[in-house]
Amino acid sequence: MPKAFLIDTTRCTACRGCQLGCKEWNGLPPNKTKQQGSHQNPPDLNPFNYKIVRFHEHLDAEGNVVWNFFPDQCRHCVTPVCVDVADMVVPGALIKDSATGAVLVTEKSSQLTAEDAEAIRNACPYDIPRYDPVAKKLTKCDMCIDRVRAGLLPVCVKTCPTGTMAFDDRDAIVALAQQRLAVAKERFPKAHLVDMQEVNVIFLLAEEKEYYHERAAFM
Amino acid sequence: MTNHWIDIKNADVVFLMGSNAAEHHPVGFKWVMKAKDRGAKLIHVDPKFSRTSARCDFHVPLRSGTDIAFLGGMINYILEKELYYKEYVLNNTNAAFVVGKDYSFENGLFSGYNAKTRTYDRSKWAFEKGLDGAPLMDLAHERSVFNLMKKHYSRYTLKNVADVTGVSEKDLLRVYDTFCATGKPNKAGTILYALGWTQHTVGVQNIRASAIIQLLLGNIGVAGGGINALRGEPNVQGSTDHALLYHILPGYNALPLAPWQTLQDYMKANTPVTHLKNSANWWSNRPKYVTSLLKGWYGDAATPENDYCYDLLPKGEPGADYSYMYVMDKIYHGQITGGFIFGVNPLNSFPNTNKMRKALDNLDWLVCSELHHSETTDNWQRPGEDPKTKKTEVFLLPSAHRIEKAGTISNSGRWLLWFDKAVEPGGEARNFADMFVPLINRIRKLYETEGGVLPEAVLKLNWPEKFDPEEWARRINGQFWKDTTINGKLYKRGQLVPAFGHLKDDGSTSSLNWLYCGSYTEEDGNKSQRRDPSQTPMQAKIGLFPKWSWCWPVNRRILYNRASVDVNGRPLNPDLPVIAWDGSKWVGDVPDGPWPPQADKEKGKLPFIMNTDGYAQLYGPGRLDGPFPEHYEPAETPLASHPFSKQLSSPCYKFHSSDMDQLAKAADPKYPIVLTTYSMTEHWCGGGETRNVPNLLEAEPQLYIEMSHELAKEKGIKNGDGVIIESARGRVEAIAMVTIRIRPFTVMGKTIHLVGMPFAYGWTTPKCGDSTNRLTVTAYDPNTTIPEAKACCVNIRKADRLTEIA
Repeated sequence: MPKAFLIDTTRCTACRGCQLGCKEWNGLPPNKTKQQGSHQNPPDLNPFNYKIVRFHEHLDAEGNVVWNFFPDQCRHCVTPVCVDVADMVVPGALIKDSATGAVLVTEKSSQLTAEDAEAIRNACPYDIPRYDPVAKKLTKCDMCIDRVRAGLLPVCVKTCPTGTMAFDDRDAIVALAQQRLAVAKERFPKAHLVDMQEVNVIFLLAEEKEYYHERAAFM
Repeated sequence: MTNHWIDIKNADVVFLMGSNAAEHHPVGFKWVMKAKDRGAKLIHVDPKFSRTSARCDFHVPLRSGTDIAFLGGMINYILEKELYYKEYVLNNTNAAFVVGKDYSFENGLFSGYNAKTRTYDRSKWAFEKGLDGAPLMDLAHERSVFNLMKKHYSRYTLKNVADVTGVSEKDLLRVYDTFCATGKPNKAGTILYALGWTQHTVGVQNIRASAIIQLLLGNIGVAGGGINALRGEPNVQGSTDHALLYHILPGYNALPLAPWQTLQDYMKANTPVTHLKNSANWWSNRPKYVTSLLKGWYGDAATPENDYCYDLLPKGEPGADYSYMYVMDKIYHGQITGGFIFGVNPLNSFPNTNKMRKALDNLDWLVCSELHHSETTDNWQRPGEDPKTKKTEVFLLPSAHRIEKAGTISNSGRWLLWFDKAVEPGGEARNFADMFVPLINRIRKLYETEGGVLPEAVLKLNWPEKFDPEEWARRINGQFWKDTTINGKLYKRGQLVPAFGHLKDDGSTSSLNWLYCGSYTEEDGNKSQRRDPSQTPMQAKIGLFPKWSWCWPVNRRILYNRASVDVNGRPLNPDLPVIAWDGSKWVGDVPDGPWPPQADKEKGKLPFIMNTDGYAQLYGPGRLDGPFPEHYEPAETPLASHPFSKQLSSPCYKFHSSDMDQLAKAADPKYPIVLTTYSMTEHWCGGGETRNVPNLLEAEPQLYIEMSHELAKEKGIKNGDGVIIESARGRVEAIAMVTIRIRPFTVMGKTIHLVGMPFAYGWTTPKCGDSTNRLTVTAYDPNTTIPEAKACCVNIRKADRLTEIA
């Protein structure tokens, strides 16, 4: 049974415990960032941030402020396009782990050129993988495969204090997602689960994807 | 907190005001989310829409510094619409007490005001007493607390409140209606607050106003209710309990003052007497607690013959203020020439930082202990100054991190929690106690060999050779100093006192803090280490875990819980029972005293046992600035007048008046914008620790100023632009964050803009910006001397170039 995440954004407080936890567990060095008029920092995914919380604010129809948080990361697609695209140039550079469903970057990925990496990124429906030109490698979330194989939760899920994130066998997560959706719909009629059949990281959004992030959903 | 973190989940309405809980208590906030899961409404009232607001049912923006107007409006609404919980108010509050004839309130001033000293003669506010000495009670009396309160708040109409706060009448009603729906026996509303309420010149009265609301609605003592101060992350509760500040001795006992030269004088002045038979008047036990404290400090040297060494304690002057703001002012004026600054970074976190930085130049010597260099430790080489001209010799001692030591912390819910040392301190770093214990021993040796003024105060101390956290936990709990038998059980000298009911005023017991007596016993060991989740089915209903850690007092998890039952001891809300009388004893939580319910006219006691007469105080004659909270503008205000009275700002607020303590005049056109300051999830307070954690700095790298689109347009500022912010005291650079989350307020018919800035950035972290507090005021609450960091007046303009940020 593959594993899956639920990310219920209606519970997220953007504490960024997941963003920081991810950096710490993976030993990723800090970026030199600047304040550019947003709390979203670093501004985008990069070789040293496999996960960032995106912030989006707007006014609803009644003029109320809405501030949405989107903890962005690899969706570990059921049929990952990135694996297919990578296979065309360096077979096995990216693989899908059958036990967990994790989409993983292998050592072979070091044979990918920057252009190959760009093509893989462009193929990703969610604009996730990033190329590290110094280390010459493709980078992205690996589901904390080392932790998961040791029976631990991915670090982002472990860190989450509000119950936004859950991780379990896919069936259990799908069931939980449906349950949470029913609750969310009471307050947010447009609440929906994003691309649930295609991904193993299922986002629950309260409204349309453009109010979170343009690449929040593929469909 | 009157209640505790888990208990928040029991609320029907969670009212967050003066707190940004999701950002500052991100883990504890899960209990707010649990309440929401159970169907609770979440309300956030705050100047800015924050990450807390994002998770609430609704957010209402409020002009900073107008909380009492907002809350006073709610009090008026409750009284006018009769939404109060009548039985609760009559049984538990001083609503029926008759106030004496000397009380009056006119033009914003209570009776007894002395303009010269900016103080009140509080004897004018006293209650009327009957012949038996007990307070006169007559609800219908024209001067009953209830009637005076009604009259006082009748001015807090929706229009007046809306005019002053900048909150629309529609939004006021939305909050009032939602929260006042909890004024029923089967409903509970909790209030969560933090520095957003305290850091004002009317800080204490903000909280008093919330107490009045919670008492009128019957929300104190019940599950899901209470007034809950969300304390700071490490140990703010514990440091308050143990009297880190100057104003009390440990366990909330008064600071000895010069007129109380003997222990008897002290006890007489501080031990209240009640004339009500059904009042427990718990502070009548004070002599036992203070004597045991002295015994803890001086051990065998403390004897009945020498007043337990009371005369060795320093005595304060009545009315003198020994708070840190006054200490800094003394340093500024050259009256203090050296000292220790530990656990705080005043040259980033204290208001009017330019004055604070200049002040410290006057020191000959300074000892700091830090994890990292800070704006305080390195003041002598701050930007724009020549280090060669600075005379201060600074000793920087490397401090252990909190995970490098063992001991206890007390969380917001008064739980005493033991933590183990995770790793040894790096290098030569030590925890504070391993610095102070040897330091005092060195001082003792010097006094021994060289003598000095009053050496006994130091030499007679019951002081250890080395620090051991377990030993201090035992000393705090308290020990017997002679063999004592309790209920047939013998406790030898040196053994632990089982509960504060056994503390004595005859020198046979010690306790460094009576509230913690019972936390470490011969029978159960160190209870702060307990992690046992077992509970009774009744306790499970409200999420009470009596064997998980330990909680002061006597493991009582919800304070004033006798107010959660009717006179027969039956829970007012049977679905969420806190305590219940089973005919012979209480079950559930530990009750506020063992006495039977109030229906027992002989032995029953009133619930508010810490108040002399047993009733909760809607009218509180003990505070320095009035028995009822009243709206006053902040010390710096964009208004020239307000509709509540002719008294613009608090008549009692304290302030300093050196050449560097400038205040803008009211409605000063030079400084028309309200500034409020705050912290954020990613940085801890002044940022002295977290700016040195690269991954946190990556997430929030530089100082910003949040402002509305309307203000930005008016000033020609775009998102991400550099901005200069100026107040009457200083100039700060920040990056503009233009957002819909802050909106202009309409106040008294005109537009008032508000901006918000964090105070986490300082110059020791290169190019991240420097102290926001260079802008804030040296004006303070008269009761606590807390500075008004949440409201001052500034102006802003687009920067041509930035020097502090790059």
